[in-house]
Amino acid sequence: MLDNTLILPSRRALLSATGKTLSAAAVALVIGSKIKTASAADASQDVQILNAAIALEHEGIAAYQIAATSGLLQPAVVDIGVTFQGHHKGHRDILVKAVKTLGGTPAEEKSLGEYAKDLKASTLKNQTDVLQLALGLERGAANAYLGLIPALGPDFHQVAAQMAGDEAFHAAILANALGEPIPKNAMMFG
Amino acid sequence: MRCNLYIMLCASAILVSNSVAAKDATTSLVLVSTQMISNGDSASPDAVSESAIIEGEKLYKRRCGGCHSLDSNRIGPRHRGVYGRKAGTVPDYKYSKALRNLDAVWRDDTLEKWLANPTAYVKGTSMGFRLPKAAERHAIIQYLKSLSAHPRTSSHSE
Repeated sequence: MLDNTLILPSRRALLSATGKTLSAAAVALVIGSKIKTASAADASQDVQILNAAIALEHEGIAAYQIAATSGLLQPAVVDIGVTFQGHHKGHRDILVKAVKTLGGTPAEEKSLGEYAKDLKASTLKNQTDVLQLALGLERGAANAYLGLIPALGPDFHQVAAQMAGDEAFHAAILANALGEPIPKNAMMFG
Repeated sequence: MRCNLYIMLCASAILVSNSVAAKDATTSLVLVSTQMISNGDSASPDAVSESAIIEGEKLYKRRCGGCHSLDSNRIGPRHRGVYGRKAGTVPDYKYSKALRNLDAVWRDDTLEKWLANPTAYVKGTSMGFRLPKAAERHAIIQYLKSLSAHPRTSSHSE
């Protein structure tokens, strides 16, 4: 089980706050020892963005599933991919919990076939193709998390940054496996 | 000793700052040059050089590719033909209510506002990603515009 310290307002509290009886227009968000407030509108906006992140993680999980079962990867590479997939499942679980706690409905995953079509999996011919696809998705995910942090409520900044860090780690491993040179300039993401 | 260390830190900060500024300035310069060239007699006012479009394509992949593709609906809707399209109208993509209700056509001005701060432009959208650098927004918009004006096959798989 994930050891995540993100603690959010009770679903009941938020649902009642978002109703017609909302008078204070604020609910308490408790993260660790810090107490902050967020309006129902802010929470609703966060749900929208967090759900997009869930969709991103669903796609990542599916991509590694497609890769692992493609028959194109060496066993050691499959092991790495499955480990990365586990990280994405961890992200998904954290995000789903956050959305539910905010009173939202988590984004659902598509079928594996739909993801395969969206990602043009039929064009993958060898291990390098698969690694390049994974690298593009991981780089994109790192940038996506970094780019959405300012739009999220402050209580989610840290967790989004942590996820960006994980994606960047994956990207670095994949780039190394593909023999890409180390970037010369700083600020590689974002 | 402490004073020297302080001076070194300040100098480093200035170097970093200048480096970032120079990088931005270079990008802006390329784009401005491109626009100046495009305003020549032989080109239409909206023409953009191929190099600027290639730069926009690279940025598109890096900045937008985590969630978008040209021809597939993924986390976000597909983008081929987005320039000039009414917002929220890709038929088989499930938009947020906010986007469905947006009365806008994606052109330079609307895309500029959208990419700079989507949740400020359309409250309730599921796109939180912001693109803070104006030069990058401009390059990506020109790339998307080029795909609408002259549909072309990407040199890389999407």
